[in-house]
Amino acid sequence: MEAIEKHRGLVYPLNRANIDTDQIIPKQFLKRIERTGFGQFLFYHWRFDDDGNKRTDFSMNYPEYQNASILVAGDNFGCGSSREHAPWALLDYGFRVIIAPSFADIFYNNSLKNGIIPIQLDQEQVDQWMERAEKGTLTLDIDLKNQFIVDEADQKVHFDIPEYHKEKLINGWDDIALTLQHQDAISAYEGNLA
Amino acid sequence: MKPETIVNKIWNKHVVHQEEGNPDLLYIDLHLVHEVTSPQAFEGLRLNNRKVRRPDLTYATMDHNVPTKNRDVIKDQIAQKQMETLKQNCLENGITLADMYHPDQGIVHVIGPELGLTQPGKTIVCGDSHTSTHGAFGALAFGIGTSEVEHVLATQSLWQDRPKTLKIQVEGDLGPGVTAKDLILAIIGKFGVKFGTGYVMEYTGKAIRNLSMEERMTVCNMSIEAGARAGLISPDETTVEFLKGRAHVPEGEAFELLAEEWLSLATDEGAVYDKTVVIKAAEVEPQVTWGTNPGMCVPVSGTTPDLSQVEHKEDVERALDYMGLVENQPITSIEIDHVFIGSCTNSRLSDLQKAAAIIEGKRVSDKVRAIVVPGSFSIKMQAEKEGLDEIFKAAGFEWREAGCSMCLAMNNDVVPPGGRCASTSNRNFEGRQGNGSRTHLVSPEMAAIAAVEGHFVDVRQFTGVLN
Repeated sequence: MEAIEKHRGLVYPLNRANIDTDQIIPKQFLKRIERTGFGQFLFYHWRFDDDGNKRTDFSMNYPEYQNASILVAGDNFGCGSSREHAPWALLDYGFRVIIAPSFADIFYNNSLKNGIIPIQLDQEQVDQWMERAEKGTLTLDIDLKNQFIVDEADQKVHFDIPEYHKEKLINGWDDIALTLQHQDAISAYEGNLA
Repeated sequence: MKPETIVNKIWNKHVVHQEEGNPDLLYIDLHLVHEVTSPQAFEGLRLNNRKVRRPDLTYATMDHNVPTKNRDVIKDQIAQKQMETLKQNCLENGITLADMYHPDQGIVHVIGPELGLTQPGKTIVCGDSHTSTHGAFGALAFGIGTSEVEHVLATQSLWQDRPKTLKIQVEGDLGPGVTAKDLILAIIGKFGVKFGTGYVMEYTGKAIRNLSMEERMTVCNMSIEAGARAGLISPDETTVEFLKGRAHVPEGEAFELLAEEWLSLATDEGAVYDKTVVIKAAEVEPQVTWGTNPGMCVPVSGTTPDLSQVEHKEDVERALDYMGLVENQPITSIEIDHVFIGSCTNSRLSDLQKAAAIIEGKRVSDKVRAIVVPGSFSIKMQAEKEGLDEIFKAAGFEWREAGCSMCLAMNNDVVPPGGRCASTSNRNFEGRQGNGSRTHLVSPEMAAIAAVEGHFVDVRQFTGVLN
């Protein structure tokens, strides 16, 4: 995956709680056997009407949010199905950072495996940035290494992320290659089973 | 010895490598694979010249995409390619595959237990969030993403943080005519769709002990809808009895030894959980979801919410709007036009038997299209042996081949836009059963009677439990 240490980007605010992965990437797009090309289907039924035309009343289609790369969303983001097509679609569309009050477990993990930084912040902070991004535009600077976000008003907000996830994101490490360094331990474990 | 939870017992037995400040490297005993979440994982192996480490601990089937009728003509070329890809990947890597025409084919979470692949104490993963189903056997089973599927294929292990434990104690007995589905919906309705996040849920108490294995699977299946990646139940005699004689379970003395080991996994008296909640089984009524997540759920005697009384008004309004409902609307006034009996939650033999008992001698309402999709080929065969297919067909149900079908509508079994479905599945998300579809989650019994009446009713009024 592509390493990420710092990111500066425009926020797209999606003020809904419990956004499930069926909304992020509807099932009719799960039949592909590739990892790429899912961005065009992101939030498909929210972005497009039944004839495939862009819905003008859905904020993601507003001109001011084009080129957004930071998604600020409601509580329990990414709940439901384990489909990794959800982070693939978000990444392919251009999102590198997701900020929410909480994330569903499987989605959180899937994001990390794809170089997306899922950042959990308290509801109050999310609401504040949500409102500012809804009323105008908001650009945020994310410093993963030092674990803080700075907004345009120089407000500096710290965030938590487990150290090992941070290290993998910053280095863009391949999980499997790391695990294969423990191959002897795996073999030994299997030996004990036999 | 310190009393332990079953979760910690299984965990401790599976740690391959441990170091301070990192997750544990956990060994995986069983990896279930299906066509939708695996192709990119196999492709990843190929690109890196990696092999499947333990094809013997990997088992594949086709379920999400498969047609449930006319299997000889698959019109969807992309779906066809995905299934072909799985076949090729299994062939190349020496993985057993129960393909569409195989007698062991079925929904991955139905056939695992059916074949006895699912056993107490195992760590089980699958690229599917409803892997929590297997927890009914006292296995630690959870859904993973495709990157993790690739990781397990290559290393037979996963990096995992030790989960917190959440005890869900279900006290007393479920009332007559109240099902396992009602119980789990009531739990999610009461505590919400994220109260299990970060936890493994263990269901305990008399009402849980009294459930059959199939009912336990229904409960554990929906743990993920409460946010918990895994939910489980300590093994007991019911568990042992279910597994005895299954294809992948040893026989004779080996079985007796294994059974003893399984029973020893049960949570010890006095073990400490990170969190405990209590539910009184007797208070649970038949449930119906009204909204767009499984927590939006009320007893059938209830109504949709009163907007002046709710916490997150915008979310509730949005959900009601999507569902084409208004506030304070009695659940029994909601008319349906589709009924789906199936899915990894409720497609097992006892589900079909119970639904058949309700509709026997009755007719599906003229306004309703109703389908039954058995969870596996084997269930279908057994149901036909018992004449259940005839009961369903005589009542006006369509009788199909096994698969995930209308639970997620990846194949042709779709609820049309604006259509309203009483469904025994697990998710009522927007568009889940088809773009614009409206889903109400219920038990098989409640779905069956709704098919007859054309709207929701308390099934207990038809079974002599309620007058």
